Amino acid sequence: MTGERIYPEAVSGPFPDPPRTTTDGEGRSITIDVVDPSDRTLLLEMYREFNPEDRAQGIPPIDDHAIERWLDNVIEEDCYGVLARHDGDAVGHAMLVPDEQDAHELAIFVLGRYQSAGIGTMLVRTLLGHAQDIGLDRVWLTVERWNDAAIALYKKVGFEVCSSESFEMEMSIRLH
Amino acid sequence: MKVLLGIGGSDRCWEALSQTVARANEAGDDLTVAVYEDDAVGESTATIADRVREEVDEAGLDADVRSVSGHPGGALVEIADGEGFDRLVVAGGSRSTLGKIQLGGVAEFVVLNSERR
Repeated sequence: MTGERIYPEAVSGPFPDPPRTTTDGEGRSITIDVVDPSDRTLLLEMYREFNPEDRAQGIPPIDDHAIERWLDNVIEEDCYGVLARHDGDAVGHAMLVPDEQDAHELAIFVLGRYQSAGIGTMLVRTLLGHAQDIGLDRVWLTVERWNDAAIALYKKVGFEVCSSESFEMEMSIRLH
Repeated sequence: MKVLLGIGGSDRCWEALSQTVARANEAGDDLTVAVYEDDAVGESTATIADRVREEVDEAGLDADVRSVSGHPGGALVEIADGEGFDRLVVAGGSRSTLGKIQLGGVAEFVVLNSERR
């Protein structure tokens, strides 16, 4: 990871702001809102239920304590996140964590039985809307090269591939 | 156990060296250290090799320290596979602030290309 990350010249968006309620591809009512410290328990429950095969590049961790440590690290004050709920349960979570270059890294997790229903796209778009409101201008992510579904999702939203030299593909987007 | 450690002079490499040396002392490993040049670090193999010898001596260990040229991953795999090493050690990756694993180029090459079990 040496050198400056490349971002698209064109600004993407606009994106929808949280909170919003939509219907997913399976007809379920999904509410997406900004993560609040009181959502910690709900998020922990979601990540405990997370299927190991849906992990990406080592996260979320599997061990209970490791999940707590990791979660606390990504819901800190300088991090931003949105949470998707259905029937009161957390079913998806998208987050932005600051890096050392004043940009933010994005990651998203959706519970297995809620995947392939458009929730991921809604989460990413709503998180980027929230980020635009706050004034964040550069967001990046890494995704495994074989993960076609995720790559297609990110491209649809406006992310562009900025590096594909290593195991993971890097993608970035400009918000302002 | 016959252990080969690849080292390019990054902080993570030095961490890998101290861990490997500690293990070698406990388990009685036969340690070989292969030093390569890493553009991101910018130190000559001679400089790195000197420090490796110093640290190995301090630990009271006898290790074969040699320099390799060309593609570091390729050179390490060739030595490991060609000379019957049991283990090849390289510094792994780092994690982003978000927690995702970022594998280094040498580690990636070694994982994809070493043939021994």
